[in-house]
Amino acid sequence: MIAKMSIFILPTIIFVILLTGVIKKVPVYEEFVDGAKDGFKVSISIIPYLVAIIVGISMFKASGAIDIIAVFLGEILTKLGIPVDILPIMITRSLSGSATLGLFSDIATKLGPDSFITKMAAIMVGSSETTFYVLSVYFGSIGIKKFRYALLTGIIADITGIALAVWVAHLFFPASIL
Amino acid sequence: MNYIFFLLVSISILVGCINGTMQSVVNSMLTACDTAVKISFSLIGIMTFWLGIMRIAEKSGFVQFIAKLIKPITKLIFSDIKNNDKANGDIAMSISANALGLTNAATPIGLKVMQELQEENPKKDTATDTMCMFLGMNTAGFQIIPATVIAVLVGVGAKNPSEIIIPTLIVTTLSFITAIIVALIFKRFWREK
Repeated sequence: MIAKMSIFILPTIIFVILLTGVIKKVPVYEEFVDGAKDGFKVSISIIPYLVAIIVGISMFKASGAIDIIAVFLGEILTKLGIPVDILPIMITRSLSGSATLGLFSDIATKLGPDSFITKMAAIMVGSSETTFYVLSVYFGSIGIKKFRYALLTGIIADITGIALAVWVAHLFFPASIL
Repeated sequence: MNYIFFLLVSISILVGCINGTMQSVVNSMLTACDTAVKISFSLIGIMTFWLGIMRIAEKSGFVQFIAKLIKPITKLIFSDIKNNDKANGDIAMSISANALGLTNAATPIGLKVMQELQEENPKKDTATDTMCMFLGMNTAGFQIIPATVIAVLVGVGAKNPSEIIIPTLIVTTLSFITAIIVALIFKRFWREK
């Protein structure tokens, strides 16, 4: 039901915007073309920022550094009620969207789609954005190099999100803990 | 950002040496450059489309209408831009697009917001308070329905994929509010080095 409804959201918004334009006697085609001119420039301007952040993160992933962190943190996490299997997701979710989704599918397949860890991971993935990607794309598009406290804000919100996801998962799905 | 970039790259090289994963570190560096360019190229079409649509929304007064609707909220959070209806309206549109899970629309509109905020920025290479707040809210990723996650759960055959909607909504709302509060606190106490 929800999936069916969401198909209509986008066309509805576009239709309402166009309709308002026509009612208000805006030359919709001319304004569209005029506004759309910048699309290429904006997209291309983020390349240097994207290359920097994606190269850094991909190298980090490929080196296996995340697994090393996992070994160190494993014991502490178990005491806090956080399954070790979820750790890679906790680390990558602020760094890379596609990697996080890959890890999530992996967990769901290996540990079972209805397992407690899968549910906790689902909450964690569904409640977050990839902070590093968002910052580099958005700031990159206007040439901002000094992020000030934006990164710290994003990271603090991410950590809060992780902690909350652990807590809420225990709260909602206590029965599925093995 | 300087430290993070340095740390990511140097730790990777170091771990690559010790772990014997240097080959894949180098490979991933090369493919990542390619991926970055592909991402930005794949944005061009949808970016162009939404900038066009948003221009119509602007000229027809649609954006200004949305801005007026949420003015009580934006006045509190974005106190620096209270007289800029265009930026306010676009911020509202961008957050709504994110909330509805319209990623294709959210990024172009968000980038447009950044351009508008940049016009009022006296130091063009440094983020303003408003930008930090806007991006803080963005990175918290407020979303009503986590469509992608549900799609994966459906794909692997979960019995009741929609049971994660409510818990996810609780978490995302709270971390969204956290981002706002944290950004407000930083705005007051952040000192430039």
